[in-house]
Amino acid sequence: MEFLRPATWDEALAAKAEHPTALPISGGTDVMVELNFDVHRPSAILDLNRITELTEWSIDGDVVRLGASVPYTRIINELSGPLPGLALAAHTVGSPQIRNRGGVGGNLGAASPAGDSHPALLAAGRDVFVEAASVRGTRMIPIDDFYVGVKRNCLEADELIRAVHIPVADGPQQFSKIGTRNAMVIAVCAFGFALHPRTRTVGTGIGSAAPTPRRAVEAEEYLQGVLARRGLWESGELLGAEVIQEFGELVKAAASPIDDVRGTADYRRHALAVMARRTLTWTWNDYGKQIRSAA
Amino acid sequence: MRVTFTANGKPVEADDVWEGESLLYVLRERVGLPGSKNACEQGECGSCTVYLDGVPVCSCLVAAGQVQDREVRTVEGLTGENGELGLVQQAFVDAGAVQCGFCTPGLLVQTDALLEQDPQPSDADIREALSGNLCRCTGYEKIMDAVRLASARKCAKGSGA
Amino acid sequence: MSERIIRHSARRSHRTSEAGAGGPSTRTIQGQKNLQDIRQASKDGIGGSPLRPDGTLKVKGEFAYSSDLWHEDMLWGMALRSPHPRADILSVDVSEALKVPGVYAVLTHQDIPGSKYYGLEIQDQPALAIDKVRYHGEAIALVAADHPETARRAVRKIKVEYRVHTPIVTEEQCLHPEKYGYVHEPHEYKSHASGNIVHSQKLVSGLGVSDEVRAMADVIVSGDYEVGMQDQAFLGPESGLAVPAEDGGIDLYIATQWLHVDRQQMAPVLALPQEKVRLTLAGVGGAFGGREDLSMQIHACLLAQHTGKPVKIVYSRDESFFGHVHRHPAKMHYEHGATRDGKLVFADARIVLDGGAYASASPAVVGNAASLGHGPYVIPNVRMEAVALYSNNPSCGAMRGFGAVQAAFGYESQMDKLAAELGMDPVEFRQLNAVSEGDSMPTGQQIDSPAPVAELLRRVKDMPLPPPLDLDDLDIRQLPGALSNTSHGEGIVRGVGYSVGIKNVGFSEGFDDYSTARVRLEVIGGEPVAMVHTAMAEVGQGGVTVHAQIVRTELGVEHVTIHPANTEVGSAGSTSASRQTYMTGGAVKLAAEAVRQALFEKGRRRYGWTHKDLTLLGGKVVSQARGALISIVDLLGDDAIDLTREHHHRPTQPFDKETGQGFGHVQYSFCANRAVVDVDVELGLVKVVELTAVQDVGKALNPLSVIGQIQGGCTQALGLAVMEEIILKDGKVRNASFTDYLIPTILDTPPIPVEILELPDPNAPYGLRGVGEAPTVSATPSIVAAIRNATGLALNRIPVRPEHLTGTL
Repeated sequence: MEFLRPATWDEALAAKAEHPTALPISGGTDVMVELNFDVHRPSAILDLNRITELTEWSIDGDVVRLGASVPYTRIINELSGPLPGLALAAHTVGSPQIRNRGGVGGNLGAASPAGDSHPALLAAGRDVFVEAASVRGTRMIPIDDFYVGVKRNCLEADELIRAVHIPVADGPQQFSKIGTRNAMVIAVCAFGFALHPRTRTVGTGIGSAAPTPRRAVEAEEYLQGVLARRGLWESGELLGAEVIQEFGELVKAAASPIDDVRGTADYRRHALAVMARRTLTWTWNDYGKQIRSAA
Repeated sequence: MRVTFTANGKPVEADDVWEGESLLYVLRERVGLPGSKNACEQGECGSCTVYLDGVPVCSCLVAAGQVQDREVRTVEGLTGENGELGLVQQAFVDAGAVQCGFCTPGLLVQTDALLEQDPQPSDADIREALSGNLCRCTGYEKIMDAVRLASARKCAKGSGA
Repeated sequence: MSERIIRHSARRSHRTSEAGAGGPSTRTIQGQKNLQDIRQASKDGIGGSPLRPDGTLKVKGEFAYSSDLWHEDMLWGMALRSPHPRADILSVDVSEALKVPGVYAVLTHQDIPGSKYYGLEIQDQPALAIDKVRYHGEAIALVAADHPETARRAVRKIKVEYRVHTPIVTEEQCLHPEKYGYVHEPHEYKSHASGNIVHSQKLVSGLGVSDEVRAMADVIVSGDYEVGMQDQAFLGPESGLAVPAEDGGIDLYIATQWLHVDRQQMAPVLALPQEKVRLTLAGVGGAFGGREDLSMQIHACLLAQHTGKPVKIVYSRDESFFGHVHRHPAKMHYEHGATRDGKLVFADARIVLDGGAYASASPAVVGNAASLGHGPYVIPNVRMEAVALYSNNPSCGAMRGFGAVQAAFGYESQMDKLAAELGMDPVEFRQLNAVSEGDSMPTGQQIDSPAPVAELLRRVKDMPLPPPLDLDDLDIRQLPGALSNTSHGEGIVRGVGYSVGIKNVGFSEGFDDYSTARVRLEVIGGEPVAMVHTAMAEVGQGGVTVHAQIVRTELGVEHVTIHPANTEVGSAGSTSASRQTYMTGGAVKLAAEAVRQALFEKGRRRYGWTHKDLTLLGGKVVSQARGALISIVDLLGDDAIDLTREHHHRPTQPFDKETGQGFGHVQYSFCANRAVVDVDVELGLVKVVELTAVQDVGKALNPLSVIGQIQGGCTQALGLAVMEEIILKDGKVRNASFTDYLIPTILDTPPIPVEILELPDPNAPYGLRGVGEAPTVSATPSIVAAIRNATGLALNRIPVRPEHLTGTL
C-alpha cells in the first residue's frame, strides 16, 4: 500500500490519474473504519488533508461553493444561515469528534444511502452540483445524477470531488433522522425537506430507505401543485391536515427500503411518513410566519 | 514509511509505519503514548480522542500519514510539566468519575475542549459535547459531576476567586 | 438496628474536596505498577469515600491496561474464526500462511500440547476447533507475526474446507436432537448435561400449581416474555501479553475476573503444572461477567510456547463480540394467580435460556433463574422450570445479574398485569406481597437478614417526580430523538413505571466460594505501612479502594499499599456475583484482624499487657481505659507481621433437582426503581427522563463507589430495555460492532437519583450487602413499565424497539 500526500490540488489530480485505484482520504471517518477492520485494502491511500482549499467555502451570488473537506462542525457553525437543511443534517452526524473531521465530500465519495448529507443536498433543489475534477478537466454533476447504486456514485476512476455547489436557501429547510439512540446515530432512515419560494418549488430527500439517496418526486409535484393551485405561496395560509397527510403518504411511497439490522422496511416507511408530515409542518409554519410578518 | 509529528509539544518520529496504520496505533505502539484507548477503532466510543492541531478527533480515524508535521496532544499532555494533574483530570478523580477508566482519557480530552470553548456549559451542552464518548461503568452521573466540578473550578480560577 | 440513609441527587452541589491522591506516579510497561501508595488519613476507613488508588494513573493515561502492554521483541497473535455457526472442518491448510514474511507460527488444535478442552463448569470447549465448529466466530487457528497487519494477511491465507450444516438454533430444534442433530454428540456430554440440554432445574413449593390451586385464585394472568441477547460491551477489549519464562513456564499479564480459575483451565491445555503458569492482573477495562470465561489466554500462551517469544493479543471490537460469552436470551412463560384483595396465590413459570455452543456458566445461570425467578414476593404455591439449551448460537454465560435479569422482566411484567387486572396501584400491589425478613423464598430458604422490599418501594415512590415537559421552552436534546430533530414536541407522551428485583450475592448451591488475603504490616521510613495482597481482579468496581479502607479501619494506619494482584497469593474468587467486597473484603478484614492480634500478642509478650480493650488508632495501640500504650512503630521495630487468611462464607446447599428446595444462597440483595420516560408514540422513540433507584446495601463501605455501582448498573439495565441486543440470523451474528450494537450514550442516560439504605446483615462482614447487580436486575422492568404506561402497549419483548411501538415489526 502506498501513502500519497499531494500538497496541491493539481498534484492530487495527477496522483489520482496515476493511481486510479487509490482511495482518497480526508476526514477518514469512513475510510479508516474500513482499514481498521480489514474490509478494504486499497493499492494506495491518497491523503487530501494538505490541500487547504478543500476546507474553504465561499458564497458567489446565491450559491454556496462548499469545499469537499469543510468539516461538519464548521458547516453547523458557519453555514446554518445559507444552508439550514445541511447544517441540521450535519448536526446529526456521529459525534462532535466525527463532525470535527468528516465533511460532505466524504459522504458523496462513499455514497452510502445512510450518509446524512444526501437528503439535505437533494432537498436543496435540482441546482445542486458536485464539482468533480480530473487531469482531463472539471465537470459539474447534478446531484440527481450523482448517486447510481448502493455505495456507488458516478465518479470516474481518475476523478476527485472538489466542492459542492448549493443554492443559498430562500425558504425554510428541515432535516429529520431516525435512530434508536438519542445520539451517535447512523440513520435508520432520514428525510430532508426544503421550501423554495423563489422558484415556487419544494425539495425532498430520502436517506437510508432505498439503494441510493433519492427524492420523493411525486410528493414534491403534489405539494407544488397544491401550493400553486391554492395560492398558498402568496397567502402563507395553513396547509390543512389532508395535504400534510397526503404528502407523508407520497414520501412513504417513494421509498423502497429493506429489512436490516437497523430497522424493518415497514418501520422505515412509517417513520418517513411521520418525518415528512412534521418537517412540512415546521417549514410551512415558519414560511407562514415570514409571509405574515412581511405583510 | 516514516512519520514525524509533534506529540504533547515534543517532536516524535516513527519508522516502518504501515500505510494503513492509524494515528492511534502509532501513539500506542510506536511512540510510547498508550493513554489514548483502543476500545472500538471505529469512531463510536471516543476513547481515543486526541487534539489534532487543537481540534478533538478520534485518533483511530486519522491515518498515521495524515499527521505528518502536525501537532497532536493526548491525555498524557493534559498533565502538567511536573506531573501535576490538570484541572479536568483532578475533577474526574475527585468526583468519582473513574471506574474502570478505559473511557476516561477520551472523556478528559473532550471535556478539556468543551471547557476551553465554554467554561460554563449547561447540562444539555455537556451531554451533547460528550455524546460521542461511551462509558460502560458509571452511568455518566459522576462524569456529569466531574465536568460541573471542573467548570466551577475553572470559573473560580478565571475570576481570580 | 442502625440505619443510615444516603441520598444522592443528580442536582446536588459539587463535591469540592481538593484532596488528591498525591505522591509520584510511575508507569511501567508490564502492568506491575498500577497502584500508588495511598497517603490518606485513616478517616478514609470504611464508610468514607477516599479516592481511588489507581485514579491518578488512570486520568494521566499512565495506567497500564492489558492492551497497553509492550515487550521487547514481542509478536502479535491473531485467530482465524469460523464464518459458519455449524460446519464440519474437512481440512485446514496453513502452508500459505506460514510463507508470509514476518509470520512466526500458525497453530491448529493439533499443536496443543495438553488437554484440548476447557470450561468453567463443564470442560466442553476446545481451545481451538477440532473437526467441527459450533458457533459463528469459533477460533480455528492462530497466527503469531511481527505486526497486526502481517498477522491479518496470514490469517486470510489459511485455507479451511467446511461442510456446512443447518444450524440448530430454535428451541424446537434444540429439544429434538434426533430430528435436527446434536450440538455435541451424545458421547461428548459431560457431567449433568444431556441431549441439547446443558442444565435444568425444577422447583415446587407449597402445593405447586394444579387446577385445584388455580381455583383458589380470583384472578389469573399469564404471559409469554422474551429477552434478547445482551452483551457486556466492556470498553477494554480482551487482551494480554504472554511471556515465556526460562523455567519452561509462562507469565501471563491479563485482564480477567478470576486469575486462579483462568490458570486452572489453562495449565492442562498448556501441559504445564499450575505453578508454572503465573498470572498477573493487568489493567482491566470493565468486565460485567464477560471476562469470567477464557478468551485469548490460552491462545497467547500457546503462541508464546511455540515461538519462544512474548506474544500480545488484542481483540478488535468485532472480534470481542465473538470472543466472549453473552447474556442468555430467554423465552419465558409466566402464570400468576391472586385473590380479589390482592394476595398472590400461586406462580408458575418456565424459563428457557439459550446457552449457545458451549456450557460456560449456564448451569449456575439456570440455578439462579429457577431460584430467583419468582422475585421478591411471598407466594404460597410455586412451580418453576428453568432450562439452558445447547445451540449453534454464540455461547452465553455470565453477565451482571446472572439469570435474575431475564426472570425479573417476566415476573415484574406479571405484577403490573395483575395489579391492572385487580384495579390496584402497582406499587401497593407489590408491597402487599413483598418478602421481608423471616419469610421463605420458594426454595424454602428463610431470609435471615433485612429484606426491606416494601420499604424500598415506598421510598422510590416518594421521591419527587421530574417536572413535566415544558413545550414552550423546548430543548430538543431533551426529547426522544434529540439532535436527530424528529420532534418539536409532537407525539410525546410521558409514562412512569416501577419495579423491584432480587439478586443473590456470592456463589450459590453449595460452592465454597472463598477468598484469600495477605496483609503485611511493617515500618517504612519511620511510619507504619500496611500492604494488602490479594488476587482480586479490580475491574473498575473499586475493590482496591475498599481494601485500603478496611485495613485503615482495622489497623489504624494511614499508609496502605495494594500489591499487584497475581497468582502468588491464594484465590480471591471471581469479581462477579456482587461478591468481592463481601468475600475478599472479608478476607482482608480477617487478615488485618490477625495482624492486629499478632501485634497485640507481641505487646503482651514484651510488656505483659493484660488489657482486654485494645484497639489500633492513629498509629498507636490504644487501651480504651488507659489510653495510648505505644506506637505501632515502636512496638514493631524492624519486624514485619505478614499473615494470610481465607474467608469462607457460610455454607450453602445444592438445590434438589426436582423440587428446587435448599438453602442455596449466601445473601440476597434488593433494589427498587422508578422510571420516567417520554415516548414519541408516532415514531416509537424513547427517552428515559429519569431513573430512580433505592437499594439496601447493608453497609456502604464506600458510598461514592456504591452510588457509582448503582448508577452504572441502572444504565446497563436501560440498555437492555430499549436498545441492546446481539441480533442473530440462523446462528450468525449480524451486528458485531459498536455501530450496530448500541449501548447508551450520555444523551440516552438520564439523571439517576439514588437513595441508599443501610440495614446490616448480621452474617456479612461489617453487615454489608453486595451491590453491583441488583440494580441491573430491577431497573429494566421499570423502564418497560413506563413505556407501557405511556403507550398502552403490552410489550412482551426486550429490548423494546421502535418497531414494537409502531406496529411495524
